[in-house]
Amino acid sequence: MITKQKSRVDACFERRSEDSKIMSLFITAGYPDLESTVDLILGFEKNGADIIELGMPFSDPLADGPTIQYASNVAIANGITMKKIFQMVKEVRKSSQIPIILMGYINPVLRYGIDEFCREAAECGADGLILPDSPPEESSLIADAAKNNNLDMIYLVAPNSTDARMKKVDELSSGFVYCVSVTGVTGARQGEEVARSVERFIGRVNQNVTKNPKLVGFGIKNHDDAFIISKQVDGFIVGSALIDAIRKNYPNNGWMDNVFSFVKELKHG
Amino acid sequence: MKYTAPTKQGYFGKYGGKFVPEILIPALEELEIAYEESLNDPIFQKEYHDLLEEYVGRPTKLTFANRLTDHYGRGKIYFKREDLCHTGAHKINNAIGQLLLARNMGKTRIIAETGAGQHGVATATACAKFGFECVIYMGAEDMERQKLNVDRMKLLGAEVRSVTSGSQTLKDATNEAIRDWVTNVENTFYIIGSVVGPHPYPLMTRNFHTVIGEETKEQLRHAEGRLPDYLVACVGGGSNAIGFFYPFIDDEDVKMIGIEAAGLGADTDQTAATLTIGSPGVLHGSLSYLLHDSEGQVQLAHSISAGLDYPGIGPEHSHLHDTKRVHYFGITDQQAMDAVKLTSEMEGIIPAIETAHAMAYLEKLMPLTQKDEVVVVNCSGRGDKDMKTISEWFS
Repeated sequence: MITKQKSRVDACFERRSEDSKIMSLFITAGYPDLESTVDLILGFEKNGADIIELGMPFSDPLADGPTIQYASNVAIANGITMKKIFQMVKEVRKSSQIPIILMGYINPVLRYGIDEFCREAAECGADGLILPDSPPEESSLIADAAKNNNLDMIYLVAPNSTDARMKKVDELSSGFVYCVSVTGVTGARQGEEVARSVERFIGRVNQNVTKNPKLVGFGIKNHDDAFIISKQVDGFIVGSALIDAIRKNYPNNGWMDNVFSFVKELKHG
Repeated sequence: MKYTAPTKQGYFGKYGGKFVPEILIPALEELEIAYEESLNDPIFQKEYHDLLEEYVGRPTKLTFANRLTDHYGRGKIYFKREDLCHTGAHKINNAIGQLLLARNMGKTRIIAETGAGQHGVATATACAKFGFECVIYMGAEDMERQKLNVDRMKLLGAEVRSVTSGSQTLKDATNEAIRDWVTNVENTFYIIGSVVGPHPYPLMTRNFHTVIGEETKEQLRHAEGRLPDYLVACVGGGSNAIGFFYPFIDDEDVKMIGIEAAGLGADTDQTAATLTIGSPGVLHGSLSYLLHDSEGQVQLAHSISAGLDYPGIGPEHSHLHDTKRVHYFGITDQQAMDAVKLTSEMEGIIPAIETAHAMAYLEKLMPLTQKDEVVVVNCSGRGDKDMKTISEWFS
């Protein structure tokens, strides 16, 4: 008989002190090459990351802007597969307990087989799933398999989500709720624009999402963005800006250290 | 049993649904409500049908293909002449319908994707007629092979945005259109050109095209006093086929055949024969058959016809395939081009290369028919736009 341990994601939010924010970093598995992903994750953790969102590349990432499209294409060209992604998570687990959320589009998951995918993801040490093209309407496809394997299902709320929808997302989600700060694709907006539009939205989120912690993302480029936007929630998510930092430095000498400096700066300013 | 698909959730059997980012869900809900209301709104219905009559030129004719009939020496062949619609293909039935919805919903900006350019031209035309801002996404490769249509869209006042990602064809144009929609969802209406995408698009687009099958039924009753034995239509996303088939779907004796583009052959990797060799997957908002590899990465489709060069297919076709209500076959580039020539020479009708895929199947079907049987082919579009490809092929 296996007793359910407290999930790594829950534990992470419980550890958060009042005056700090949870930093979740998105990285595309297999970008910029297959060998670096594990080292990047471990280095992110050392430099302040609290959660990793590990991107499962898809050929047609229609919710993503040019940056993550590019990273996905590179990773696919590098020969990334679902098995290799699971192997990467396993490798990280040898030395780290950082929560890892697998994030991607539903089709590669469907193709792998939903039950097999959830079982193997859990076995290798992944903690949850974010599938942006699988909204609550379609959650029945995967919700049971995720639950049976103790994987958190994380759904998104957006500025145009109604109050009722936000409540529904809160009810269906576990781990945390992903707050998309602006309408648009990933990475699309500039910091100031985000900061202005986000306040009212976060106010509504806080009224309606009461069960789960909340992380806010989309368009965060630097430390100042991150801390202004996440003032009223538990933390923030950075994806495109991090991929851009890798793209700018790779494969120059010391590229990884430069990326880690960017990460440290994101968290600590 | 009477056919009732889709369900309230947008499922045709196990296919369909709403696989889109959260941001689009409110837009789809708003659209569902507006569409439902339009069905019971006599003013909307009258305006739509008046436009079909006065502007599109409906009803389109049903033409007896006498020389082709003699050529095969078996059943009678008719063409449903969607090529006679204003702008040269069936696409405008849907573009006008969706534009009226957009206007009633207070949207001010229209976007669309296009492959062959026919949907882009139809959308640009409707936008010109109603004075709407119009942005069309089109793959760079398609812009090359359908240059005439690009020029037409520009003349009609639309902005044509070249899409250079991926295969630079319809799939990638659709990705870009969805990204635009996600970003500008407040003021923008996305006019999808086929029976693909998230619910309610496959339902709505089908219903804007069922006029094709309804007219065919009536016209054939006049000409032959009976129902057809066979209906044949080409299928990319599948809008002309579903509009043609749907009014006959409960007439069990009417056999329906959908023709996919097999490209260089359904047994090669240069093909667009989704139902023949694909398997269920999610692309562009719905669950349906899909060409994808063992990792679920979408494969590049190939067809000489830009309108059929798509790795997915409408969810209703997947359902009709599984239930065997419609039978689907592949036609190669070569067979389609031969049919372009034959139809031009024997009937004085230059079909679009898409449409010629359906004509090409007559080679296989006609020898199996009896003298007293009736075959109707949906002549979905005219071939003017393809003259460059056609000339190169036969030179």
